[in-house]
Amino acid sequence: MNTPKHFGLAVAAVLLLACVPAFAGASVVDKLTTLFIYMLLATTWNLMAGYAGLVSVGQQAFFGLGGYFALRLVDGGLPAYPALLAGALGAALLAWVLSFYVLRLKDGEFAIGTWVVAEVIRILVMLDPLIQGETGTSLIALNAVEPELRRSIGYWFALAALAGMALAMAVLLRSHVGTAAKAIGDDDEAAASLGVRVLRTRQVIYVLAALGAALAGVAWLASAITFLPRTNFGVQWSVLMLFMVLVGGLRSGSGPYIGALLLFALQELMGDFGAWYLAGLGAAAAGCALFLPQGLWGALSPRLSRLFARPHVSSSVSIPQERTVP
Amino acid sequence: MSEMLLEVQGLRAAHGQLVAVRDLGFSIARGEVVALIGANGAGKTTLLRCLAGVHPTAAGRVTLAGQDITALLAHQRVRRGLAMVPEGRRLFDDMSVRENLRVAGDHGRAGEWTLPRVLEALPALPPIIDRPAGALSGGQRQAAAIGRALMTNPDVLLLDEVSLGLSPLAVEEVYRNLAALAGRTSLLLVEQDLSRAMAFADRVLCLREGRIVLQGPAQSLTREAVTAAYFGVEFDVEAERPMETQP
Amino acid sequence: MTEALIQGLLLGGFYAILAAGLSLMFGVMRIINLAHGDLAIVGAFGVIALTERTGLSPWLALALVLPVMALVGIALQRWLFARTLRAGILLPLLVTFGLGAVLQNTLYGAFGSEARSLGSALGDLAWASWELPGGIVVGQLPVITFVIAVAVLGALQLLLNHTRLGRAIRAAASDPEAAALCGVDAHRVHRAAAAIAVALAGLAGALLAMQATVEPYGGPTLLIQAFEAVVIGGIGSLWGTLLGGVLLGVAQSLGALWSPQGFQLAGHLLFLAVLGARLWRNHRHQLGRPALPAWRHPRAARKAVRA
Repeated sequence: MNTPKHFGLAVAAVLLLACVPAFAGASVVDKLTTLFIYMLLATTWNLMAGYAGLVSVGQQAFFGLGGYFALRLVDGGLPAYPALLAGALGAALLAWVLSFYVLRLKDGEFAIGTWVVAEVIRILVMLDPLIQGETGTSLIALNAVEPELRRSIGYWFALAALAGMALAMAVLLRSHVGTAAKAIGDDDEAAASLGVRVLRTRQVIYVLAALGAALAGVAWLASAITFLPRTNFGVQWSVLMLFMVLVGGLRSGSGPYIGALLLFALQELMGDFGAWYLAGLGAAAAGCALFLPQGLWGALSPRLSRLFARPHVSSSVSIPQERTVP
Repeated sequence: MSEMLLEVQGLRAAHGQLVAVRDLGFSIARGEVVALIGANGAGKTTLLRCLAGVHPTAAGRVTLAGQDITALLAHQRVRRGLAMVPEGRRLFDDMSVRENLRVAGDHGRAGEWTLPRVLEALPALPPIIDRPAGALSGGQRQAAAIGRALMTNPDVLLLDEVSLGLSPLAVEEVYRNLAALAGRTSLLLVEQDLSRAMAFADRVLCLREGRIVLQGPAQSLTREAVTAAYFGVEFDVEAERPMETQP
Repeated sequence: MTEALIQGLLLGGFYAILAAGLSLMFGVMRIINLAHGDLAIVGAFGVIALTERTGLSPWLALALVLPVMALVGIALQRWLFARTLRAGILLPLLVTFGLGAVLQNTLYGAFGSEARSLGSALGDLAWASWELPGGIVVGQLPVITFVIAVAVLGALQLLLNHTRLGRAIRAAASDPEAAALCGVDAHRVHRAAAAIAVALAGLAGALLAMQATVEPYGGPTLLIQAFEAVVIGGIGSLWGTLLGGVLLGVAQSLGALWSPQGFQLAGHLLFLAVLGARLWRNHRHQLGRPALPAWRHPRAARKAVRA
């Protein structure tokens, strides 16, 4: 996504996709909504892990929290769709508060710490009588909306969230925050010694990623309508995010999208999340981490670009092969 | 059949894209003491680490007692009799001096250097034998590191930066200890102090930019020649002074 | 309340065994094995399957399963963990997380979703108890578990301090390169550490199956509890892990008195609090100040004013 041409293509793609509900059937719209949600999760997890070196196993906290806040707001009288958006923003706000604690943890502590925080949030949410513990509840207000319209709105919501997040991330990575994040991802002590404001940079990324996960969560709630704590706060979302990003390609721009497409395709082929299927996902993710660090996209894209390369004049400047140690 | 204990041919090593050691070749006889000198960054530490097996070599051959050890890992080279006292000593700080020595004794070769003998040869050690290695002074750490390497009964002992960070008294002590080894164990030591290096060693190797630019018996090399090689100035052997620089 | 305290104390023994393996792997290889809890469950199911198929006593089955778990540890280290060591901290976390997912779902595929237990195979021992003065009842199994924990930790401490392998493990943990320069084969040491760690996980899993139930997706909960015990007790000390386990167990038991969810919640909150306190203390040390602000120490404040 480097050139204005790419940007133009992206805008055209979004506009085209926005027209889909007009002529496509219900199941297509639903499936595409799910795909957008996967992509949202994958790109935000990639932002944290690939660019800032933050491996969080607790993103599901914000996925579920967005939905929970939305439910509470609806219970308090707010109309459904504004409540969904507000819920996501509320989750991002909580992420900002948590970041002061969580971002001071290192590596493994951070991974497990975010998981524990997610568990605490899940337990606290389950204590709320509105949620009724394991039983969960539903966003009944949405039932009042006519199904086809509801489906379309859910679709546009997910698409808008994805497009908005993609735009925000593209802007962010081009800004000084983006360079700072890459420096931190490489070596945070060295970056700090150069004056990079490590905590602030990480905070921006953490909160943005939380917002993305929360938007995905409310989009999920908007289409599924039911809210089950085990599902909406389940750690299997992290497994899926891990798979999409690692298989697609950590740190690459298009990698997460490829990974999301792949996950989506696999789900369609396998029917639903059976046990062996998830095991296979885990194995594939681990395998890619070990043997294909660039993910599938990283492994394939040099070959693809060679296929499409145009001949060019080679530079006449020769680069010395070695330099001696001064 | 060469009588050389350690032979190095065509050694080449790099740090990523930067070549640190290029096409290096030399040999060390049994019991010989060789001083390795050169400016910072000349490749001395890299060379030692390659010989010890903890730095990858891009090309070349290392032979110990006639056997090719180029492909061997560090711990395997120790078992063949090649040990190193690394830069920074690298003692196991949470373990006592005794335990540091015993680890090396457990996994090195058997031989004359047992724990009692090492303690006898390094008088600084017995008083601190049960102290944690992290609580030692610079000189004590050096003694402990040398003792640890000795416990593996090496035929060739590599020492990186012998006197770095030590007080003059401590340096005296170290060289007294090393003198006891000379003749039995071959020593290749990196030393920044030129006069000490030339006084102690049998032979001197001067490295610059990864190459040997001067080598010879310590007695027959003049200080001027060595200094010139060290800093990269052309030396006029007959006139025994640095050459005039070209206009 | 006293009963809850004692139960928590005894639970600490279980956590100590569970955490010891995690702690060992981290200390030696700097790997946080996110699949540790799942390996415990694998051990548990191994013992369960063996007892059900052959009718052996669970203790005998355990004795047979432990060496197998050690071999699993060696295999995992050799073919999986060793490869992750080369590149930073991210890779081991990702790979072990994926491994955990594989183990959980394979167990589910093989054994189904229902929770299993070794209680029936144990017979009377499963619910036998002793009565202490004061009318307090303690289960025999928890006490046995605690005794096993102390024995295991003691044996591990002896191994590390007084054996050749133990010294090699500590050396490799302290400085792998220096250890190689002493002749220590780092790969062998890592494999030995992994073997011990995974065997300990299996032991913990089997003990859990004896006292309660295990299910294929129970691994992550165990991992979190193990990690919490290690952190609460202080990373780097085996007996600290026992202390951490006990504190965790006590907090959980007290939390359970308040509500069913209180059990987990109390443990998590204690963990977050201890972690937070450590962060705070490190933060203050970095600023060159004492851990608590001066106004808490009136004498110190007066001294500062006079100086």
